[in-house]
Amino acid sequence: MKKKMKLHRLVDRTDLKLLVWMTFALVSGAFVTVDVTRAEYGDVVINNYSDDVGMRPVIFPHWFHRVRFRCKVCHADLGFQLKAGGNDINMVKIIEGQYCGACHNGEIAWSVEHCNLCHSATPGTPTQVHESTLQKLVAPSDARKASGK
Amino acid sequence: MKFAHDRRRLPMSLRGIAALFIAACVMASAAIAADPNAFNRLMPNQSKRNPPPAEDGIHDPVNDGTLMLQPPKEAFGVLPKSASGNYVDWVKALNSGKIAPRYDRLDPKVEPIVMDLDIVREVKGSMPDVVYPHKQHTEWLDCSNCHPAIFIPQKGANQISMAAILLGEKCGVCHGKVAFPVSQCIRCHSRPKTAPKAAEGGVQPAANAQSKSPKGVNAGK
Ligand code: HEC
Ligand code: HEC
Ligand code: HEC
Ligand code: HEC
Ligand code: HEC
Ligand code: HEC
Repeated sequence: MKKKMKLHRLVDRTDLKLLVWMTFALVSGAFVTVDVTRAEYGDVVINNYSDDVGMRPVIFPHWFHRVRFRCKVCHADLGFQLKAGGNDINMVKIIEGQYCGACHNGEIAWSVEHCNLCHSATPGTPTQVHESTLQKLVAPSDARKASGK
Repeated sequence: MKFAHDRRRLPMSLRGIAALFIAACVMASAAIAADPNAFNRLMPNQSKRNPPPAEDGIHDPVNDGTLMLQPPKEAFGVLPKSASGNYVDWVKALNSGKIAPRYDRLDPKVEPIVMDLDIVREVKGSMPDVVYPHKQHTEWLDCSNCHPAIFIPQKGANQISMAAILLGEKCGVCHGKVAFPVSQCIRCHSRPKTAPKAAEGGVQPAANAQSKSPKGVNAGK
């Protein structure tokens, strides 16, 4: 009790801020080692327009959808080209029932008003397929960049 | 009075030390991440598989939607494992009925048009020959996904090499992006060189070639 009082008297608000920063600095050590390129295999970032209009880029998770649909549904019936960013998708098309809108219509899956479930990428993430062979072949230099070298 | 007031704050020297401590911690953590003599220097963090969206490096952790998304591990727990990619064997997952992905957007009862036709591609050098199975592919895909844009539907009419696959062409359009990655060599290079050779031309219609006569195409003829 006594000690607490003393500490309280010793440490004013600025000092508290310092303490918070010290804790943050220590904890940050645990986070720095998180690799920036460990996204789930097959996750596609779509960012032809999003960044430019101030929306987060879109992340499409293949693993989640292939549990529920065969490739054929999207890549033959719905006409998605096999190319990240290669479909010129926009919100008008989606609301009209094309592309993601063929399912995200409130019937097969939740509807377009849940913007943040699709627009969920960190701003600035470029269009790409995650953990792809090509991405991994160039990963070494990326990894060094990410770790600040 | 003045003295007592000052005592409520840490002495300046101590504050300096605290600031230094912060700087040191930040620098040390950066140094840990970039340890030049660490194991797995080039391909770090092999063990961190299927991270939840908020920790995967592409989802924005401050986006409220990110936290509503399903962590892959939750879904994959019940599925057969593989060595890389999603760490899921999607062929086994499908065949064992652990997943039942729709072949039609609306009707869960529509059955896929499966064609059972293996194409053997003889490989120069030591690697086992490649068996390309139409069966596992037509479970998931439509003929038009490959023919004719990626492959001319004629045995031997396509030049395929490992270099092209690694660049994301031919088999690499899907393998290394969504279907199992190129690192699983033996799943493609599955026919040992000692096995009896296929008939000249190398096309091996599989034993139970159940020709459901896929629409329009003269399959397996
Ligand atoms: C089902 C997924 C999905 C949902 C839900 C969704 N979007 Fe999009 N949105 C997309 C995709 C895919 C693109 C194309 C991304 C790109 O190329 O940058 C896009 C693009 C956009 C664009 C840029 C192109 C354009 O049409 O102007 C804006 C702005 C946008 N979305 C706003 C929204 C808003 C606001 C909401 C919520 C009301 C929303 N989106 C909900 C998938 C979605
Ligand atoms: C629910 C719809 C859906 C399903 C099911 C689906 N995909 Fe996709 N696929 C997409 C979308 C969306 C994109 C990104 C297109 C874009 O960015 O414009 C894509 C892109 C791709 C790409 C291009 C990646 C690149 O390198 O640019 C490949 C390859 C692919 N899918 C393969 C598959 C395979 C194989 C399956 C089945 C196992 C599958 N997809 C199932 C929607 C789907
Ligand atoms: C063939 C139908 C179909 C298409 C096309 C489709 N989705 Fe989905 N999507 C679904 C279904 C079904 C769900 C699951 C909804 C549920 O269970 O609540 C889903 C869920 C999702 C989720 C949430 C996953 C989670 O963790 O819960 C995201 C994100 C998503 N879709 C993004 C997209 C984007 C972006 C596109 C277009 C590029 C798209 N989807 C196109 C059917 C589709
Ligand atoms: C994942 C890609 C893929 C899909 C999907 C696919 N094929 Fe093929 N197909 C191939 C490859 C690879 C070859 C071998 C080409 C070569 O050897 O150069 C081939 C060869 C063929 C041949 C030639 C066989 C011969 O004896 O010359 C026919 C016919 C054929 N496919 C029909 C079909 C039909 C019908 C479907 C749909 C039911 C289909 N394919 C789906 C990849 C595919
Ligand atoms: C259009 C996309 C696509 C192309 C192109 C493609 N594959 Fe596949 N392949 C798949 C999908 C999807 C699966 C299902 C397994 C998975 O997703 O991991 C698969 C499965 C396989 C399997 C079955 C493995 C098993 O465990 O039974 C083999 C073997 C295979 N592919 C070889 C090839 C070869 C060789 C080529 C090139 C001649 C090729 N694939 C081209 C999408 C493709
Ligand atoms: C998706 C299927 C697939 C996977 C996975 C795969 N290969 Fe291949 N590989 C092929 C095909 C198809 C050819 C071409 C065969 C031919 O000449 O028709 C080939 C050819 C080769 C050749 C002969 C040289 C050349 O480029 O044609 C070597 C060596 C080889 N592969 C090694 C490997 C090794 C090592 C791995 C694992 C790291 C691997 N392959 C994984 C499909 C695959």
